[in-house]
Amino acid sequence: MDWHLLIAQLLNGLQLGLLLFLLASGLTLIFGIMDFINLSHGSFYMLGAFVCATLVEVTGSFLAAVVMAVIVVFLAGALVERFIARRIYRHDHLDHVLVTFGLILVFDTLAHLVWGSAGAAIALPGMLNGRVEVAGFVMPTYRIVIIFAGLAVAAGLSLLVTRSRLGMLIRAGASDRGMVTALGVNIDRLYLVVFAIGAAMAGLAGMLIAPITEASIGMGNEIIIVAFVVVIVGGIGSIRGAFYSAILIGFIDTLGRSYLDDLLGLFLSNQASETAAPALSAMMIYILMAGILAFRPRGLFPPAGANR
Amino acid sequence: MRTWVPRETTTRFYLTVMLLLCLVPVATTWSGQGFYLDLATRILILAIAAVSLNLILGYGGMISLGHAAFVGIGAYSVGIFSYYEIHNGLVHLGGAVAGSVLFALVTGMVCLRTRGVYFIMITLAFAQMLYFVFVSLEEYGADDGLLIYQRSDFGALLDIENAVVLYYTALAVLAGCIGLVHRIVNARFGRVIVGIRHNEQRMRALGYDTYRYKLTCYVISGAMAGVSGFLLGNFTNFISPEMMDWTHSGELIFMIVLGGTGVLFAPVTGALAFLLLEESLSSITVYWHLIFGLILIAVVLFGRGGLHGILLRLLSRGKSGRC
Amino acid sequence: MKRDGLYFLTPVAAVCMAAMLIAVPATAETVRIGFVTTLTTSAGVIGEDMKNAVNLAVSHLGGKMAGKEIEVIFEDDGFKPEIGKQKAEKLVKKDDVDFVAGFIWSHVLLASSKTVLDSGKFLISSNAGPSQLAGKHCHENFFSTSWQNDQTPMAMGEVLNQEGVESLYVMAPNYAAGKDMVSGVESVFSGEIVGKDLTKWGKDRQLDFSAELAKAKASGADGLFVFYPGSAGGAFIKQYQQAGLKDVLPLYTVFTVDSISLPKFQSASMEGVLGSKSTMFWAPDLDNAANVRFVRDFREAHGSYPSFYAAQSYDTIMLINSALEQTGGNLDDRDALRSALKQADYDSVRGRYTYGNNHLPIQNFYLREVVVDADGNWTTGIVRPVLENHQDPYAGSCVM
Repeated sequence: MDWHLLIAQLLNGLQLGLLLFLLASGLTLIFGIMDFINLSHGSFYMLGAFVCATLVEVTGSFLAAVVMAVIVVFLAGALVERFIARRIYRHDHLDHVLVTFGLILVFDTLAHLVWGSAGAAIALPGMLNGRVEVAGFVMPTYRIVIIFAGLAVAAGLSLLVTRSRLGMLIRAGASDRGMVTALGVNIDRLYLVVFAIGAAMAGLAGMLIAPITEASIGMGNEIIIVAFVVVIVGGIGSIRGAFYSAILIGFIDTLGRSYLDDLLGLFLSNQASETAAPALSAMMIYILMAGILAFRPRGLFPPAGANR
Repeated sequence: MRTWVPRETTTRFYLTVMLLLCLVPVATTWSGQGFYLDLATRILILAIAAVSLNLILGYGGMISLGHAAFVGIGAYSVGIFSYYEIHNGLVHLGGAVAGSVLFALVTGMVCLRTRGVYFIMITLAFAQMLYFVFVSLEEYGADDGLLIYQRSDFGALLDIENAVVLYYTALAVLAGCIGLVHRIVNARFGRVIVGIRHNEQRMRALGYDTYRYKLTCYVISGAMAGVSGFLLGNFTNFISPEMMDWTHSGELIFMIVLGGTGVLFAPVTGALAFLLLEESLSSITVYWHLIFGLILIAVVLFGRGGLHGILLRLLSRGKSGRC
Repeated sequence: MKRDGLYFLTPVAAVCMAAMLIAVPATAETVRIGFVTTLTTSAGVIGEDMKNAVNLAVSHLGGKMAGKEIEVIFEDDGFKPEIGKQKAEKLVKKDDVDFVAGFIWSHVLLASSKTVLDSGKFLISSNAGPSQLAGKHCHENFFSTSWQNDQTPMAMGEVLNQEGVESLYVMAPNYAAGKDMVSGVESVFSGEIVGKDLTKWGKDRQLDFSAELAKAKASGADGLFVFYPGSAGGAFIKQYQQAGLKDVLPLYTVFTVDSISLPKFQSASMEGVLGSKSTMFWAPDLDNAANVRFVRDFREAHGSYPSFYAAQSYDTIMLINSALEQTGGNLDDRDALRSALKQADYDSVRGRYTYGNNHLPIQNFYLREVVVDADGNWTTGIVRPVLENHQDPYAGSCVM
């Protein structure tokens, strides 16, 4: 076994896991607190990438662009909450699915109209575009940046949720919504803030990945389903659950892609393993989810007292 | 002021729509516009799938985001048998029904242990799994799909290579499915299903094994969707894993909501409106998804009850003489 | 009274249905060409390039072919075989076009082929060249102005042999063309293929290649062969550069680095792509009168070099024009039209070529390199011809 390759793949898995966490943390809060299924959460991911690309061109600074783009996406999230989501919290899940499905179409087409279909590349500053070497092990600098940024945001979010008054309300909301309302908390404002923070984090994930894959139309629709799997596996409303299951799924996906065909090769013919491996690695996260739901119907870490 | 509209009135409207659907081939043959016969056939086939979904979603309250998987199974039954040059229509149809019943039974046993959001997501997960299974089957075209060179053979009696015959076949199947759903929901079984939607705890307390009722309902619905897939495969002469994509399941849900959730005929008007909308909008601009998305949002936010709701409002207004 | 509503609605439904049936007038004085391509999704940029080229060709022809008005109907396949097939059906049955052309993607073309060919119309591929239509399922009414999928990678295999590459790592998307590309390079390359990755394609395609690139690097191969069309190519090149593989694992591509992606690379100053090698039947600097005019006018109108997709689309219109000129604008005599198409009697932007028995071009392939042109723009330039008058390997299995 090639240890360098294994370490590289583990880091890749960690990177994917952290991106998934940025997406899933907002999703799980919106899910848990407002009981709202937001299929269009991935649109904020796309929006973040495109807005950041434009701002990099305007300002010339990647860091400044990221900061400004996070604010823009935060505001976009707040707008969607105020004018669309808020009106249908009380409707059933069916309506959530439909409205947010419609929102996906709207956001994708708007992106096409504004930025064209070519997508947008983000130029990285030279400092981030290089490679670092640790003990003979070479890795693109930017991927290290993603990992650290992801960990930092995760830590910040965890502090916010466990230490601040807002976090207290969020935790309370996730485990017993009715009680929070009854205690006289301004629930509208809490919902607005949670929704917008969730959107901003999804946007941040998009900004972080765009220098690697470019911003493109529909990029959010590809990853949102996986983010949902993360939320379900982790337990709806649980930030901690979202974190562990995002990392788990990041590893499974990356390692599956790189080692599954070798693994299958032990049992199957070369030809068969070569064709079965890509499908099986794509299916693995769904198998994981079905398996976990069969034994723990509320995911790995359901929030204390959550009853749904 | 909303006046109560007797059910016979709306039923009469829907029966008129069905009657008009009988005349479509006459009109298209007369005008030589074969394209619209195709469009109408597609509408009927998707209406069958929507009727089947309406049984579990509209009456049973089970929101499945994986219903397209059954349609895909039905279509692949046609494609795979044809690939081995078995063209017997009964074999194709049998395969479609057996395949979708089996899939419904296996996945239903897991899915129906969950409720609410979890049910939505786990049905989605199973559909995605099936999608990836077919993506990996190189033999049957994998991602690229498979062309069906010859439609199912039912002998000289029912030559579905003929577009008009296929149309009427689809119409007959649709009428049959609507009839079946009507029978089911008005039987004791159906009342239990509706009861479960309102309050599962209460039904269990009354001594019903709700899980078995739901599973039976889920399997029946899956089988019907499988039949619509069988027709779809024959109609398009082409199958691909794309047919099972979750967006198609979402579209089926939209058809139901557009028509009016839990209304017997609503999936038909829903499918009709959905596809006509798609067809006309996409011919105007490539940015038609924007308008389509806005309509979708508007239907949920403002058009409570879908087309059926609008129909009721129109009828009641006519009745109270304010029109 | 309760009937009011009902009787109000019934005629509405009837009128709606009648409206659907309004016939489209088909006049004898127009040539109708349906053009199926991708205009939405992230691949829409390719479709726009093709559309621009088609419109340029039409304006070069003065809007007329053999005295007849040209009408091109563009349809968007949304990157899905199923939608592409529906659009082809519409073009055939509703618009009653004379030619159905376009098609970027092999699976979309395959899905649509039966519909078009069964109706007796001509099907002309402006890009996709799946092996099925070149061999077993070849058809008298199918023509191509591009290539068969295997050919370009075969030329690349030849280049790899010439450059003494002994071991190769292969990456391509997992769909019809991807598989053809891999089999093409495998059939000619005489060294060892040390690893191969077919990645997920389609709507949910994979764009982060970190795992694969790490594997490729660890394999110790002499070279990396890649096929990633459209915007996926941009993502790939970027990650290749960030991983610092330029000096470790030289890159050999087909249909990945093109005039659509190069301006983007340039603005993101990704120098790593300069000098990278690819093979192709055409290049913007190919020296013949038709090509000089095409490239000059295209750049004037759109400010960028045309891509090979554009070149093939331009040729599609020119090929149809040449056939119509020969038959004197007669669209009804299918046999005459077919034999006229088969002669390929026009000045293609790639220079003259001939058609094989399967109606795919027998043509030259060149090695190209990414260079900086006189104005400082990044483009591809010809290094040397690799294969001359090359015919695809499937022509033998086509009985026609």
